[in-house]
Amino acid sequence: MKVEQISIFIENKSGRLAKVTRILGDANINIRVLSLADTSDFGILRLIVDDVEKAKSVLKENGFTVNKTEVVAVEVPDRPGGLSNILQSLDNNQINVEYMYAFVERYGGNAVIIFRFDDTDKAIKTLLGGAFNVLEGQRLYSM
Amino acid sequence: MFYNEEFETLPRQVLAALQLKRLQAILERVHSNVQFYRESFGMAGIRPGDIKSLDDLQRLPFTTKQNMRDSYPYGLFAVPMEEIVRIHASSGTTGKPTVVGYTQKDIEIWSELMARSFVSAGAHKGDIIHNAYGYGLFTGGLGAHYGAERLGASVIPISGGNTARQIMIMQDFGSTVLTCTPSYSLFMAEEAKAEGVDFKKLKLRVGIFGAEPWSEAMRDEIEEKLNLSAIDIYGLSEIMGPGVAIECIEAKKGLHIWEDHFIPEIINPETGQLVAEGESGELVITTITKQGIPLIRYRTRDITSISYEPCLCGRTHARIARMSGRSDDMLIIRGVNVFPSQIESILIGIEGVEPHYLLVVDRAGNLDTLEVQVEVDEQLFSDEIKVLQKLSKRIEKEIKDMLGVTCTAKLVEPKSIPRSEGKARRVIDKRKL
Repeated sequence: MKVEQISIFIENKSGRLAKVTRILGDANINIRVLSLADTSDFGILRLIVDDVEKAKSVLKENGFTVNKTEVVAVEVPDRPGGLSNILQSLDNNQINVEYMYAFVERYGGNAVIIFRFDDTDKAIKTLLGGAFNVLEGQRLYSM
Repeated sequence: MFYNEEFETLPRQVLAALQLKRLQAILERVHSNVQFYRESFGMAGIRPGDIKSLDDLQRLPFTTKQNMRDSYPYGLFAVPMEEIVRIHASSGTTGKPTVVGYTQKDIEIWSELMARSFVSAGAHKGDIIHNAYGYGLFTGGLGAHYGAERLGASVIPISGGNTARQIMIMQDFGSTVLTCTPSYSLFMAEEAKAEGVDFKKLKLRVGIFGAEPWSEAMRDEIEEKLNLSAIDIYGLSEIMGPGVAIECIEAKKGLHIWEDHFIPEIINPETGQLVAEGESGELVITTITKQGIPLIRYRTRDITSISYEPCLCGRTHARIARMSGRSDDMLIIRGVNVFPSQIESILIGIEGVEPHYLLVVDRAGNLDTLEVQVEVDEQLFSDEIKVLQKLSKRIEKEIKDMLGVTCTAKLVEPKSIPRSEGKARRVIDKRKL
């Protein structure tokens, strides 16, 4: 029920993002989902890719600081109020969202929200209890 | 103009005779009162009675900042504690300060030398001295203060900080003499401009600037922006504090070192041998009248040269050139002494921080800035921004708390700090002096 995400530390200087994507491209790794959080000095690039271990090792070989975190992917109907229901349910159970990002599936047209929680297991339990559609990692890697 | 004309203009032969008499007396005193000197003289095979001329001074071993640290806090004091009336301290590499103690007589001499320095800079009784050096363990504030009082001037003990208030007081109180670090004076000028205050309308006539290295170009800038005559002053707490040496307003060419109280030597920092007059080397000072903590051949680490040429002001005391640098790695940032090793030990104390760091010193406007670059490795890295920001804040806070210097911590990618073979390059000093 958990999805593996890799995070990469990137200094705010030109060419760094291009370098990461080139390394992944050269290793034949496909980026499924991407999000970039930034400050004035640095950014954190978060990726879900089709081959987590390989992506991590090629980036490390090239001198990047990489770590792996577990996130949760939830599918919601792409219509008004879809996200709100999920957040309300999490809030009712005092689960904090550290960060989140979203995309719309190519087929089917549903939205997928990627969440990073302070308590991942409790969040999954809550979401399943609320009859939300939590996606398996495999489904994202091979989209 | 002189404060103590007789002593400031002593013929050099008379001065030399006085130096020798005082040197011999102080050697006897430290030999009998300070274990460190008994041991170091003993190891060099010298007894105080062997010093029969000023040239013999070269036979004595050096005293270093490390010796002071090893004797922390009072080990080098030459009088019982009950005779010490004041204690000052400056920062050191281990986080432990270097401690100095003054007897009543020491304070009197310091006050006189500082009063001489004020007069040399063109100040006089009747001046309103705006003393923006920090008051506290740092010698700058109280040193200048006592000298100003001894001179009979009116001293405003404003200390550092709160620039808007400084400017208001300079305007309203009619300050005629400003004492602070050179970089702070330019910062004041900028702030004044922003507030629409014209320095040309203030009564300031003289500025006495020290505690950090500065250049002739900076003097021109200060004189232009603050509309005053800018004078370079030198001192260090180990020897006394401010007022060890100062330029005269007549020549503004080299700083007269008060030779009736200090014997200067310039050595090659590598070999320890004296260099010729006019050649650049490390300044070594022997205090010949100090009671609390006399220092024999103290290595200041400051690089300068010396000239015994007569000066047009009439003072006979030798002049040392404006300090051109330091022979060790100590940085002076906004007047605060910072050793890279101090920052290193703070960083290493933070869990997960690797000792790959780089200090970038620069000047933004007229204030020194310090950026501490730290590499983010897997142990430190988090996928959450707030965790990394908390780390930067923590580094900044610990450095501020331990060293009293404000910095910005910058997290950088691993291996992005250049590695060098042998001695790591820890500091990039971009300040143009």
